[in-house]
Amino acid sequence: MSKQLLMGNHAIALGAIKAGVGFASGYPGTPSTEILETLAKHNPGDIHVEWSVNEKSALEVAAGAAYAGVRSLVTMKQVGLNVASDPLMSLAYVGVKGGMVIISADDPGPISSQTEQDTRTFAAFSKLPVFDPASPEEAYEMIGDAFEYSEKYGTPVLFRPTTRVCHGCADIEVSTNRAAITPEGFVKDPKWVIFPRASYMNHIKLEKRRPVLGEEFSDYRYNTVSGSGRLGIAFGGISCGYAMEALTALNVTDCRTLKVATPYPFPERLALQFLDGLTDVLVLEELDPVIERELLMLCGKHHINVNIRGKLTDEVPCAGELSAEIAAECIAAYLGVEYTKPAGIADAPAMAVRPPVLCAGCPHRASFYAVKQALKGQKAVFSGDIGCYTLGNAMPLDMVDTCLCMGAGVTIAQGLHTVQPDCKNVAFIGDSTFFASGLTGIVNAVYNKHDITVCVLDNSTTAMTGHQPHPGTGKTLMGEVTDPQSIPTILRAMGVGHVAICDPLKLDEAVAAVKEAISFTGVSVVIFKSPCIAVVKPDKAMAVDSEKCIGCARCIRELGCPALSLSDKKAVITLSMCTGCTLCAQVCPVGAIAKNNGGEQ
Amino acid sequence: MTNILLAGVGGQGTVLASKLLARAAMDAGLNVRTAETIGMAQRGGCVVSHVRIGNCYSSLIPLGAADFIIGFEPGEAVRCLPYLKNGGAVVAATGGVMPVTASLGSCDYSPEAMLDYLRRTVPNLTLLDGSEVCAQCGSSKVLNVALLGAFATAYEQLSTAPEITFAGIENAVREMVPERFIEMNLAALKLGAGVVTAK
Repeated sequence: MSKQLLMGNHAIALGAIKAGVGFASGYPGTPSTEILETLAKHNPGDIHVEWSVNEKSALEVAAGAAYAGVRSLVTMKQVGLNVASDPLMSLAYVGVKGGMVIISADDPGPISSQTEQDTRTFAAFSKLPVFDPASPEEAYEMIGDAFEYSEKYGTPVLFRPTTRVCHGCADIEVSTNRAAITPEGFVKDPKWVIFPRASYMNHIKLEKRRPVLGEEFSDYRYNTVSGSGRLGIAFGGISCGYAMEALTALNVTDCRTLKVATPYPFPERLALQFLDGLTDVLVLEELDPVIERELLMLCGKHHINVNIRGKLTDEVPCAGELSAEIAAECIAAYLGVEYTKPAGIADAPAMAVRPPVLCAGCPHRASFYAVKQALKGQKAVFSGDIGCYTLGNAMPLDMVDTCLCMGAGVTIAQGLHTVQPDCKNVAFIGDSTFFASGLTGIVNAVYNKHDITVCVLDNSTTAMTGHQPHPGTGKTLMGEVTDPQSIPTILRAMGVGHVAICDPLKLDEAVAAVKEAISFTGVSVVIFKSPCIAVVKPDKAMAVDSEKCIGCARCIRELGCPALSLSDKKAVITLSMCTGCTLCAQVCPVGAIAKNNGGEQ
Repeated sequence: MTNILLAGVGGQGTVLASKLLARAAMDAGLNVRTAETIGMAQRGGCVVSHVRIGNCYSSLIPLGAADFIIGFEPGEAVRCLPYLKNGGAVVAATGGVMPVTASLGSCDYSPEAMLDYLRRTVPNLTLLDGSEVCAQCGSSKVLNVALLGAFATAYEQLSTAPEITFAGIENAVREMVPERFIEMNLAALKLGAGVVTAK
């Protein structure tokens, strides 16, 4: 045993290793990404760990491993679960042999996501048990429990940490013990084949299992009731911490609390014990009112006269993250105790907004700029996608008119163009997204004779989530060399009529390539190939010759590079940020920008 | 219980700085919780790291509860002031990072105005000229560790029994920074600690 500062995601990975996991797969997505990376880093050598091509593939390969009796783990973010929902819903009916834990990390806020969906609701929908850890240290222990329950009931289980658990760190006692699991191997049985008749029987089994598991969960170590009084507070996940902070700050001692770590199936017996003798309950939880609805149902079912209050009574915010302050405000209003919200700062100078931006030297900036130049004066709609390049929506590039979900840029463009054929439709997609969910959309475009141009922004990595390899990189998560899958070869094989490759940092060449692709009728693709600045050594920085600079600010206005700013009516370049991409030199009308040959870099 | 909030811009190295503080606290036998900003905001947006030393329930510092704010940038230090508790201290770098929105003229940003505001409103203020330290160390990447040096001095001036000491951070740098960067970071730590007196 040793005490280590572990991020929740690290804790989950080490907990899974301790639990004897033998197979792990996933697709990168904030806030889940570090789980699989940690598993790969601490792999004792006998665990298969892979970045799958998308969440659906990840869940299916892990299900196969679990069919063969191995303990398997799948990781993804909450919207990834949507992609994996087809196998998920069926697997709930078929079941598994080896323990299988599906981690879907939720992102209240949302801080780095498209939706504020709640995996606990998905659990009830798919009828799968779900574990909701309240802290990194609890996650470390709970992941092992999840495997135990999974194996005991022959079902995959969901595990749903939220951002603050995933990316929060705590000092945790780490054990070096590891459960020894000897997989039996796959045993042929009709149960592995989903058929309507079997599904009817399995549906009954799932429904019968719910109260049984709920009963067992009433004794689960992380579902607890404590305190006394006539007023109750219920919470789950990270809200436990906020509620406890608030209760301490408000000096509240006379209230009863219910902590729910397994929102589905709901631990009804424990909840009834909690409700007994209460007049009111305030439920503090992020995202959906899951615990609140369960308590309401329980009160209805048992004719219990307790007021269940929370999101549904407008006493707790219905969207966004909670915090200790929000919890204190809600609890103070509920209990009728005094609470003064910490005052903001008075008379503060106006704060500049600081949204995330494409990095200085990011090749995506050059790609967007080339497309913008090529289509100048033409009616065009730009469909974006999910990745760093979503940031191409910001001024001055302003090159993302739509963004929906992984892979949708390519397909949204097809629908748009069909309705407005006089408009050029350009879709942007990154290399990792191309493999994850772009292929089918492009096949659809070729098959249905859509007239669109797709720009593949190939920076040779999955950049936004922290530079994971993908099928095009020639490396696996475990560092093995694999044949890199060629995007142009795939496109030509799919029947794309025009495929061009260009270097976005050579502006004239890139603009010409886009113009040619745009004039092609049918599906055309331009692959902008230039590596992410975070994975290659920067080139020599650029510098502005202030004698030549006329202060027109064209470089700043056109590109919005964070390394460029104006000082004393001259453009200046922050040397420590500049990667020497030369794009600013290419747009400067007077040739005032060149490689920096003097000074420190 | 000591709450330290680190505020900066994605790419400035707040995450490593918070890890060093956490390590120093753990080496001193204390419990630690931290929270990081990971994801889209890391691309040049506002990032905040929370470091909580002692026993607490959640990794996020409540508003009005930070003993220290370490600002990697004047504007970000001001933005996070609502977290500072009465009598809390601010350690901030004087160099501003221009937001693209300001360079494009869609909003104003004056690091000087932010520094003035800090001088006016924060009694326990330490300012560090990061560019000076970075130039001396020969790298723009050591601002984070230099700020920790300034923080250590500020803490030792403020408290007779600081939970994190200069020596503790020094040790954490040795334990956690890749070998070839250790000496450079130790130099930055020392310079940061020294600059404080010349407030």
